[in-house]
Amino acid sequence: MGRGRGGLRAAYVGVALLPLTALVLFFLYPVAGMTARGVWPHGRPDLGAVLEVLGRPRVHRVLWFTVWSAAAATGVAVVLGVPVAFVLHRLRFPGQRLVRALVVVPFVLPTVVVGVAFRRLLAASGPLGGLGLDGSAGGILAALVFFNVGVVVRTVGAFWESLDPRREQAAAALGAGPLQVLRTITLPALLPGIVSAASVVFLFCATSFGVVLTMGGLRYANVETEIYLLTTQELDLTGAAALSLLQLAVVTGLLAVAARSRRPVAWDRTAQAARTAPRPRWAHLPVLLVTVVVLVFLLAPLLSLALASLRSGGGWGLDSYRALSGTGQRNALLVPATEALTISLEIAVLAAGLALLLGTMVAWLVSRPRRGRVAALLDSLFMLPLGVSAVTVGFGFLITLDHPPLDLRSSALLVPVAQAMVALPLVVRTTVPVLRSVDDRQRQAAASLGAGPWRVLLSVDLPAAWRALLAALGFAFAVSLGEFGATSFLARDDRPTLPVVIYRLLGHPGAQNFGMAMAASVVLAATTTTVMLLVERLRIGPSGALGSL
Amino acid sequence: MTAHGFSGLTVRGLDVRLGEALVVDGVDLDVPTGSVVAVLGPSGCGKSTLLRAIAGLEPPLRGRVEYDGADLARVPTHRRGFALMFQDGQLFDHLDVARNIAYPLRLRHCGRAEQRARVGQLLELVGLAGCDDRVPSSLSGGERQRVALARALAVEPRLLLLDEPLSALDRGLRERLAADLHDILRAAGATAVLVTHDQEEAFAVADRMAVMREGRLVQSGTVAEVWARPHDAWTADFLGYATVLEGEPARQLREVTAPDATWTAVALRRSALRVDPAGRLEARVEGARVTPDQVRVQLDVAGLGSLPGVADPGADVRVGARVRVAPDVSRIAPLSS
Repeated sequence: MGRGRGGLRAAYVGVALLPLTALVLFFLYPVAGMTARGVWPHGRPDLGAVLEVLGRPRVHRVLWFTVWSAAAATGVAVVLGVPVAFVLHRLRFPGQRLVRALVVVPFVLPTVVVGVAFRRLLAASGPLGGLGLDGSAGGILAALVFFNVGVVVRTVGAFWESLDPRREQAAAALGAGPLQVLRTITLPALLPGIVSAASVVFLFCATSFGVVLTMGGLRYANVETEIYLLTTQELDLTGAAALSLLQLAVVTGLLAVAARSRRPVAWDRTAQAARTAPRPRWAHLPVLLVTVVVLVFLLAPLLSLALASLRSGGGWGLDSYRALSGTGQRNALLVPATEALTISLEIAVLAAGLALLLGTMVAWLVSRPRRGRVAALLDSLFMLPLGVSAVTVGFGFLITLDHPPLDLRSSALLVPVAQAMVALPLVVRTTVPVLRSVDDRQRQAAASLGAGPWRVLLSVDLPAAWRALLAALGFAFAVSLGEFGATSFLARDDRPTLPVVIYRLLGHPGAQNFGMAMAASVVLAATTTTVMLLVERLRIGPSGALGSL
Repeated sequence: MTAHGFSGLTVRGLDVRLGEALVVDGVDLDVPTGSVVAVLGPSGCGKSTLLRAIAGLEPPLRGRVEYDGADLARVPTHRRGFALMFQDGQLFDHLDVARNIAYPLRLRHCGRAEQRARVGQLLELVGLAGCDDRVPSSLSGGERQRVALARALAVEPRLLLLDEPLSALDRGLRERLAADLHDILRAAGATAVLVTHDQEEAFAVADRMAVMREGRLVQSGTVAEVWARPHDAWTADFLGYATVLEGEPARQLREVTAPDATWTAVALRRSALRVDPAGRLEARVEGARVTPDQVRVQLDVAGLGSLPGVADPGADVRVGARVRVAPDVSRIAPLSS
């Protein structure tokens, strides 16, 4: 008996070793190295300098903007997302699956692409120029909502799907009208899902980099862009480190809130099978209208991108796409954009594979029954990359992984490893609920019939989880394709990814360069959309991609 | 009383389609005020869908649902004045017991004092006095159902709809609660429709029953009527009868038990044939199994064929023995079709 338990514990520790090592080496070490540069500038701690940074008026302004923009964007995303979650997860209509995939697409779109799309839309010469939102806080808010409304829809929608509709029917039968049911039964039951979604969205908004960088100009900066500015422009590492530490503390607190409200979604297949979602009726008109508005809002920037990519000279044509095989006007690029696409795909395959390998191990550890505290700790630990500044991670990689024994500067693995760390939390969150839903007695039954641990894994866990694993792989692939924050630091000039190429093309003058940037953005968006559609086809239920952040 | 003279629920020619399947097919049902009607059928026969259609949760394809003669087609669920109780109670987890029960009272803006008084009264009625502050997750299955029943009765609904209210409970508790449910419904003067797949539950709780099969009602009447004259072999089997005799064997049994009757098919319970030296039938014992109360035997009865029966514990019923058998008329039910 003692030996059996010891063996189990050894296996647990053994499996934990690889992802923990990866997390320490490729996340905690770079982040710590980066912050240490600032806090221990001359080999001894200098906390006075840190406090001085936090007392600067400019830092106060940056903090204030970070908090209110994130709070406002979260509020709007929740108000818009909850009705859409109802329409996409509690009603039934043809094309629903496509729309569900569509609302998640913005989340995996490269931030650079979104920034560009919104600027085109809002620029004085653009279709919405009349609103005067170009370069304003309103424009930034709109882009943040664009990114995150899908997160609300999926998280709340998954929660909503797991609620037994008979509870609402019981209330209706007791005399509660539709609005009374919503207020007294549905919303209280949904609250944990809404809090969970809101805390994650707040996290994403408060740490968004690409959007604020491309749209904020000189007027608006959040903590993330300020870290970037302090690091790369002003070489003020103490300031950057102080802000990173502050961000880390806030992120950890928020993750704790999210974890507490993250109730395991009881995915009751029998209750699910017993009901069929109703078709939309006239009474649903208000929420249907909200859904249409949100869809238009999500599609407009993408459409304006597509249109811009099809302009050539005074008319229309595919010139911008043909130009992708070249290096742009005045050789804006070192390698053709098509080659960057190939590089992107290669890197994304590596990163997604790595994220899946590590993420599956973490998910296995976290989903073991009777490992309550350790599992919860691991769960939270591997969520950290979700909220820590990609800039800090990217810059940390540069300054810590540049000398033996870990000299990865010139390694082709540097970018995939960094992207894998960014995608890791999403893989874990997609896989854990499915593994947790496996009744442990099935494993015990298999073991009692003579199956060894591997056999149990193959015959009980894998059949339950393979769809979720595949979905996680696709999700990680899409996220990696669009990753910009860390990649912009780490990609070598001769091996750029597509988002880096887009950013570079935008920085060079010339109509052809701009057209190429648009065309490359469309290619990137189309690729990630296709991947997300495939993920959606896997039908892993409400605990699917983003369902349980 | 209405102009038509009927008060209560009337269902006429009701069809309900779920997806492609016609799940409820031409159902007619009457539930007079003050009566408790059980709709009895195997799982998947459409009885829950029928209940949901009565509640207004499933739109019917055709047919009418009326209450006191008024058509309910355009009346949404929450305005029907019914109450629905599910198999698993569907208590609201975020409210304690008292607030669960008071939920329909709050919807009707009852005063606090009135709410408190009514909740106390209802908890008393369902045998849970003093449980006001408990949360649903701390209740046992039986207690949850009692609270759900109290909540459903809170505003004295004109019709109570019970969807397998006891099926989720274990056997002993189910029997006890079925008896309680019978008494509570009578004490509250409730009009109720109960759907269940458990004939014992239907017997214990209802006055009238309707047997449902593949979307259609095959038989309805008082519990005693249905019990005494099952409609056909399928119904008899579903009501727990062990065998059905037709043709020549049925005729032979009729000669012995009721020579004046005209039925041509008959259902027998397990204990319909008893080994008795004074019996009028001859049989050979094919098998015997001892249970605590009696000996269960398989008999090859002359003219009737192989049938189950019982014998007293002391009887000589070795396999192969020749015995005489007496039919017990109270355990024989002629089919009505």
